[in-house]
Amino acid sequence: MATATGALPRFLHRPTTYNGIWSWVVTVDHKRIGVLYGASALIFFLLGGVEALTIRTQLMRPGSTAVSPDVFSQLFTMHALTMIFLAIMPLGVAFFNLVVPLQIGARDVAFPRLNALSYWVFLFGGVLLNAGWVFGGAAGDGWFAYAPITTSTFSPGPGMNFYVLGLLTLGVSSVAGALNFVVTILNMRAPGMTLMRMPVFTWMALVTSFLLITAMPVITIALIELGFDRFLGTNFFNSAAGGDPILWQHLFWVFGHPEVYILILPAMGIVSEVLPTFSKKPLFGYPFVVFSGLFIGVMGWGVWSHHMFTVGLGAVANATFAITTMLIAVPTGVKIFNWLGTLWGGSLEFKTPMLFAVGFIALFIIGGLSGVSHASPPSDAQQQDTYYIVAHIHYVLFGGAIFGLFAGIYYWFPKFSGRMLNEGLGKLHFALMFFGMNVAFGPMHWLGLDGMPRRIYTYDTAMGWDFWNLVSSLGAYALGIGTLVFIWNTVATLRKPHDAPADPWDGRTLEWAIPSPPPIYNFREIPHVHARDDFWHQKYTEGADGRAVPVPRGGAHQPAAQYGQGHEDTHGIHIPGLSYFPFITALGLGTAGAGIALQQTASLAGVIVMAVGLLVLFFGAYGWAFEPAGPEE
Amino acid sequence: MVVHSLRIPWRLIILASLMLVTVLWSGCYPSNPQSTFDPAGRIAREQLTLFQIIFWTAAFVFVVVEGALIYAVFRFRKKAGQQPLPKQTHGNTPLEVTWTIIPALILVVIAVPTITTIFAQADAPEGEVVRVKAVAHQWWWEFNYPEVGVTTANELHIPINKPITLQLTSQDVIHSFWIPKLAGKTDMIPTRTNAMWFEAEEPGLFYGQCAEFCGTAHALMRFRVIAQSQAEFDAWVAAQQAPPAAPMAREFGLKGCTVCHTVNGPDAEGVQERRMDGFRQGQPQFPAPNLTHFATRDTLAAGLLERSDDNLRRWIQDPGEVKPGNRMGELAGAYHNANQSLSDADVAALVAYLQSLK
Repeated sequence: MATATGALPRFLHRPTTYNGIWSWVVTVDHKRIGVLYGASALIFFLLGGVEALTIRTQLMRPGSTAVSPDVFSQLFTMHALTMIFLAIMPLGVAFFNLVVPLQIGARDVAFPRLNALSYWVFLFGGVLLNAGWVFGGAAGDGWFAYAPITTSTFSPGPGMNFYVLGLLTLGVSSVAGALNFVVTILNMRAPGMTLMRMPVFTWMALVTSFLLITAMPVITIALIELGFDRFLGTNFFNSAAGGDPILWQHLFWVFGHPEVYILILPAMGIVSEVLPTFSKKPLFGYPFVVFSGLFIGVMGWGVWSHHMFTVGLGAVANATFAITTMLIAVPTGVKIFNWLGTLWGGSLEFKTPMLFAVGFIALFIIGGLSGVSHASPPSDAQQQDTYYIVAHIHYVLFGGAIFGLFAGIYYWFPKFSGRMLNEGLGKLHFALMFFGMNVAFGPMHWLGLDGMPRRIYTYDTAMGWDFWNLVSSLGAYALGIGTLVFIWNTVATLRKPHDAPADPWDGRTLEWAIPSPPPIYNFREIPHVHARDDFWHQKYTEGADGRAVPVPRGGAHQPAAQYGQGHEDTHGIHIPGLSYFPFITALGLGTAGAGIALQQTASLAGVIVMAVGLLVLFFGAYGWAFEPAGPEE
Repeated sequence: MVVHSLRIPWRLIILASLMLVTVLWSGCYPSNPQSTFDPAGRIAREQLTLFQIIFWTAAFVFVVVEGALIYAVFRFRKKAGQQPLPKQTHGNTPLEVTWTIIPALILVVIAVPTITTIFAQADAPEGEVVRVKAVAHQWWWEFNYPEVGVTTANELHIPINKPITLQLTSQDVIHSFWIPKLAGKTDMIPTRTNAMWFEAEEPGLFYGQCAEFCGTAHALMRFRVIAQSQAEFDAWVAAQQAPPAAPMAREFGLKGCTVCHTVNGPDAEGVQERRMDGFRQGQPQFPAPNLTHFATRDTLAAGLLERSDDNLRRWIQDPGEVKPGNRMGELAGAYHNANQSLSDADVAALVAYLQSLK
């Protein structure tokens, strides 16, 4: 048929294949994009893990020379950036993609091609952030990149250029993705799915998306200013010319603290799904869990200066931010108590997802409590920038976010791969993680209080830190082994034939009503939702004593019939068309970014790469604009 | 009750960690050089007290909440062959109100001493104080005593039982001033001057270290505080005020050492800033320690090595090997210009000269 793209070269005729490697490049299916996000994030997780193990190898003994000081700086910088921006955030987004449309009874997200663009921009942004490794050194000024060490005077190499361009690119991906999910969640819920009937995971996806939309512009401004300083000679952060280094810190942490909740809220949402399923009870205090999540999201904007208690902002500012920071412990506590209330009186089944969810609670409590000790500025003055803080963030982000995300992986893996992960290996994975995590990060509390600063590549044996550093490194290796077990389990499972039923865990939410893996259109008929945990109510009623009673199988109440599954007739289901253009546009953006980043070291080559990238970007956007939304007919 | 059926010994794991924590915190506080559990002055002691209030409050919450979690995990485990499904409780508003208010009250217990300590530590006590202007550099510390006209580096001498008020700043990147046994951190930030104060209650040697990542040699940016009686401190000041103990060695000038190091009394006003400006413009120079009374110090290279002929020789021969990334090795003509390179005899002369600078 005649379309506006008819004038383009033959290879850009609308792709039509749903098989093979190209089908993954051109896909706009939220489930496939979710898988792409998840797989990429896990690969970056392995990279960040290798960086972490190298750091722990260097610190295992005093005076070690496994890596040079500058490589060590790059390792701890890239470890943080990789784990935060390229592993935990995209794993959260992977679950938004996979689960949210199913939980709200939708066929896809609101803007499927924008969704594909978000993924490809994320991937190229991640590559860009890491490109410094092969162009003369990755970013090495810490993930927080405090000015003025980031100016060209003190960091002449290309590492900080890739930091600026990589994070800017990732920001484009995050904002596009977050807008997509806000629109999807607010507009594409199935009939009857009111906000207060939404699964908590979807709620947390909504809160996280709002945080992304509001937080990413702040870091974007800071990065653009830093980029101007480095590429164009402005003086936003150049203290020698009167620039203000503290401006960077405010901008960074006004982004950086909401970012912490961007990392943890999806995991909290996952735990809020897993606990009820394996307790055979609804989530205790649903509105309180939802509103405490909202409150945490809003309060996240009022605590940033607790990262700056030693900056010298003054007694009044420190006292104010101490109080707001302590306040945020209240809704966090409310969430934990409601999870305990969910377990209480339940019939708990400890499958692997449940183990990780309960492990999340146990470890997150520790991270939350240690957080209170540096909410107090005088106490924090001793803890700031020591290993005590390293311990705290790893209890929150590893014991918290990563455990929550692993709970999600084990929970939803059967739904999207059609295969059940091995329970025994899953439990071994959990045991190694729980043990390794406490052995690796527990002693860091002690090291910090014993005066060991962060970000030092060496220490003297006279400081008395040898033993616990050794223990910590051994714990880190246990985490590495645990990760290998997980990889083994995943790879072995993916080689098996499909064996997962539609509803392996006796789930509560709509995604369990449809086959594993779901058909491309998800729901043949858009469901009508009558209650919170609608699918559970298809299967159970409450008896007179308040206990759940199974509904007899068959008849009008059979779930598959309810949601119109089991029919082969897919006529009239509207599926968005495949497209090359999100990939091409993202490729152009990433290439242009690389060209800019190479300006200082290789000016002419940099300009050429940038120009090529911009041409590709323009071509992609142009082709996209004239491509019809539906599939080729 | 169903302990025998467990695959993961939760109870054991938690018990063992609880015992470990108890053992660690009861009694055996280490006296390692940078331990925050061994305060030797008011500021560090109040910071520790606050930490302990928080720690024991948190320990109480930890035991209650983790205890409830462990109880729930064991008590409500699905039993084999269990038929009836659990009661479907959806929530309980009085309970929600309770567990919102109780944590808030517990936080008040922490917030009140926090706020009082913040304001109590904000200003130095009235009366006689010792003023010090501290400037951080990549990767060493400059200490100026403006009232007595003394400039020194990396070793801060103070009298005991007298508040020391510091003006803290930096000439290059952000650093952080930290002596764990005497006071928590205060950042040293270019364009700003931060104020802090502390005092030492007993004579002794206290270790300090830069706490904000400041570049390649951040891990090696250390310093020492030497707390001494007023009489010893006064004697030290007098020695620092004395004219140079020896005429400048020929090699010190020929090899370009004077581009960065002063050896004839306290640094002139603005000299370090001029060196820094030169560095920014690409000249081979950088702010460097004043060496007028170098041989009165115990250490060299920012607290990295004890001052001895051997260590000094190692340092002068190849500073980059001793302290990777340091500016002397990177910039000094002696290591880059053929006509300034150091022969063994030059090094020996420099060592002898520096060691004579009492």
